[in-house]
Amino acid sequence: MNAPLRRAGVVILVLFGLLFANLNWVQAYKADDYRTSDYNRRVVVAQYERPRGIIEAGGTGVATNRATDDALKYLRVYPRKEVYAPILGYRPVGLAATGIEHSENDFLSGESDKLFADRVKDMFTGNNTGGGNVLLTINPKAQEAAWKELVNNERGVQKGAAVAIDPRTGAVQAMVSMPSFDPNTLVTHDEKAASAAYSKLNKDPDQPLLNRSTAETLPPGSTFKVIVAASALQNGYTTSSEIEAGREYRESGAVIRNAEDEVCPGGQIDLKEALTESCNTGFARLGVTLGRDKVLAAAKAFGFSDDQLTVGNLEGNGLPVAASETGKITNPDGSVDKGALAQSSIGQRDVRMTPLQGALIAATVANGGKQQRPYLVQKLLTPDLRTIYTANSKTLRTPINEQVAADLKDMMVSVVENGTGRQARTRGLEVGGKTGTAQNAEGADPHGWFIGFAYDDKGEAVSAVCVMLENVPGGHASAEAARISGLIMKAAAGQGGD
Amino acid sequence: MARIPGMKTQRNAELGLLAFAMVLVAAYGATVEAARIGEITATFWVPAALLSVLFLGLHAVVRYTAPYADPVIIPAVALINGLGVGFLRRLDIGDALSEKQPIPGIFSGIGGRQLAWTLISLILAAVLLLVVRDHKVVSRYAYTLGLTGIVLVMIPAVLPGSISEVNGAKLWVRIGSFSIQPGEFAKLALVSFFAYYLVRKREVLSLASRRVLGIDLPRGRDLGPVVTVWLLSLLVLVFEKDLGTALLYFGLFVVTLYVATERASWLIIGLLLFFGGVYVAYLLGDTVGGPFANFYDRAEVWLDPFSSANYNREFGSSYQLVQGLLSLGTGGLFGSGPGAGLPRFVPEVQNDFIFAGIGEEIGLFGLSALLVLYLLIVERGLRSALAVRDSFGKLVAGGLSFTLGLQIFVILGGITGLIPLTGQTTPFLSAGGSSLMANWLLIAMLLRISNAARGPAAGGAGGDRAGGGPKKAPAQLHGAMTEVIKP
Repeated sequence: MNAPLRRAGVVILVLFGLLFANLNWVQAYKADDYRTSDYNRRVVVAQYERPRGIIEAGGTGVATNRATDDALKYLRVYPRKEVYAPILGYRPVGLAATGIEHSENDFLSGESDKLFADRVKDMFTGNNTGGGNVLLTINPKAQEAAWKELVNNERGVQKGAAVAIDPRTGAVQAMVSMPSFDPNTLVTHDEKAASAAYSKLNKDPDQPLLNRSTAETLPPGSTFKVIVAASALQNGYTTSSEIEAGREYRESGAVIRNAEDEVCPGGQIDLKEALTESCNTGFARLGVTLGRDKVLAAAKAFGFSDDQLTVGNLEGNGLPVAASETGKITNPDGSVDKGALAQSSIGQRDVRMTPLQGALIAATVANGGKQQRPYLVQKLLTPDLRTIYTANSKTLRTPINEQVAADLKDMMVSVVENGTGRQARTRGLEVGGKTGTAQNAEGADPHGWFIGFAYDDKGEAVSAVCVMLENVPGGHASAEAARISGLIMKAAAGQGGD
Repeated sequence: MARIPGMKTQRNAELGLLAFAMVLVAAYGATVEAARIGEITATFWVPAALLSVLFLGLHAVVRYTAPYADPVIIPAVALINGLGVGFLRRLDIGDALSEKQPIPGIFSGIGGRQLAWTLISLILAAVLLLVVRDHKVVSRYAYTLGLTGIVLVMIPAVLPGSISEVNGAKLWVRIGSFSIQPGEFAKLALVSFFAYYLVRKREVLSLASRRVLGIDLPRGRDLGPVVTVWLLSLLVLVFEKDLGTALLYFGLFVVTLYVATERASWLIIGLLLFFGGVYVAYLLGDTVGGPFANFYDRAEVWLDPFSSANYNREFGSSYQLVQGLLSLGTGGLFGSGPGAGLPRFVPEVQNDFIFAGIGEEIGLFGLSALLVLYLLIVERGLRSALAVRDSFGKLVAGGLSFTLGLQIFVILGGITGLIPLTGQTTPFLSAGGSSLMANWLLIAMLLRISNAARGPAAGGAGGDRAGGGPKKAPAQLHGAMTEVIKP
């Protein structure tokens, strides 16, 4: 019986050899995969070992930490809840962050190469110094004003967005989206509750998790006339060039009418007056006269069709910005679809724009034709508050020259002084802008837009803004957007608030 | 039992090794306290000292009743048992700290309970050594033991799931907070019965055959017992929903059969039957479902534990398996150090998954050492089987050692993803009395047989003489019947 016993011993040896080999596979070969697996809770615990960096706006923390008693040592706290949520995003337990929490995650968590020295120091001191701090460009007064005015709008609109930019630098002064969400419910250490809160928000048909100022594109309506006007001015027109107008303009099956009968009923109107009154027939015909390629080139020059833009720091990380689009304006046979061109020239048909793009158009005009790249991160600071990064404003593109910019400014100031944008007038500031009322679905109320800018008494362009309200009931959809824009710019210019 | 002058008992070697093992256990306890509490308390040595006293007691009994027993087995088992107690105490300390409770006393918590179970198990082992002075006596009760074994195996299967089912496998009998795994004890009983039965029948089973394709195939009517046990193990697979247990019983039987008959055909038939049966069960689980579904699910989860479908399924999810693998992987080569890991992320880390929890803290190197310890125990047992002179002893020692090795393979292979996961305990390591008691009884039996193997041939044990010489009348008649002299 000894021979089979010996063989049984060999079998045991082989089985243990298999165990040993497999153990090597698990603990050596796959170790790194397993250590960093999404399913590995230890990764999460390690992330909460040190306090995450604070995100500040104007000297107050808008994303901070509170020490806890549980296994995850710090709870992320967002004191201003809905107001900053579209910018900050949120940092849930064990899942990917969103917003600035996502784009600056390496720095906030302390894992960034920029904080390497701190990590080495920790190794020797045994401390867990926190992650780096992020200082936002946001002006808290403008941000709070934008949120307050948006949610308390006089038309009871439920959805909308507002963006304000410093035209000289591109620094974002305010960015709000309505409806918003309370990020605190999503970062609680009670993961079941967080998951339930997320699925509730995610299922909400009003899409509170969507940052409407950067991620939603809607027909811009008459605000697009600024682009057509810019194209005209670049192609030999002046502010006083007479263009053809009228009550009605028919082109290849498309019928263009004005918002009201008293708008440009005559045969001719000068360009400035056409913009001031928001003359649809005039701009539709002007677009067709200029031709598709010139209108599209102007739109592209202002930033349409750019699907690469992010707004965060100027090194590339940030919230993705949806591309604003003009549509093809082409017949199936490849020729220009003039009807579509007429409609597109007044910002209808397939033209779509983000509120951020609207603010960029106004900012470009206010900044003498130079479009500064928008950004949200002003500074990155180490835990001991040494500055590691400061945003240096960059010119993104120069769609128009200074003369065209000056002419457009003149025309847009006229819109606010004498035309459709009177609601945006603000004491102490020289305000220019353009309204937009965009038809969308059949039977639905139109979207109200306003893009505009403000100069202070020293002639400095202090703010450019875009306010968009979805489905505004009761007519004059853009008036409320213009009114809110004025208040945001007033706050951004340091004249608003209490 | 009188010692024969001139023959080495090696009891002092055992004592030395035991002392070394207890020093390691004490060091482990100290490391745990340093990592978990931040300081080594004044009482860190107490669990190791208590264990030392217990093992010294067993050592004394062995000195008295089985002086020639293998000197390596007890220290190796004691080291694993001690590490188990240490790890369970480490869990108690960790749980108390995370719940802001004071550090629990030595005798509280699962660590304390394991200490008590160790005491009871060692007493049982000592009693077995004291009562069974000759392992061949056991064969007198072979049929009783066989019946007992089958009843023990079947109890959880026939009981309602509310009493017997834990984590999908019906292996337990739970009454209130008290639970036992009867299958653990069934191993011992069944090995004894198989050994007796096969010693009786081995001639028939090994000699009568037809030769087909170069393999000696047994006659059809001799296949009866094999088929019976095969059916029994498949019933276990289906009704206790546990592949590991089925594999254990069937492997146990096939190996004793093979050792008794020295016929490889039994092995081949056995393996074909088993894996064929398992494959059919898998296919039935896929198409028919019902009682086979559980096994099918386990196999599916084993094939791809990291798929989100398997990870997130409501029943039979791969969550535990994945967390165990992540725990092992996080430990890597060297581990986080005793006390410095996060074992509570692994469900059932005190029971089935204790290997994964320990693995995070002692790493690949530590686990390799642990594997070597287990291998040492199994191989020492097999060596006793080789050396013992009677067939019954050979079969019992061989069967028990092999079963122990197989059980270690089944559970560790399951945890590390080598084979589908099954609900086995890790011998001497997992929390729980049944497993510890049964496995210490197994060790006592091995010690008894190794004493006969290594001791003087004509000693008080009454072993049969090896080799030639005129055959004396055997001390016990049933012993004589088991001997077969092959031509």
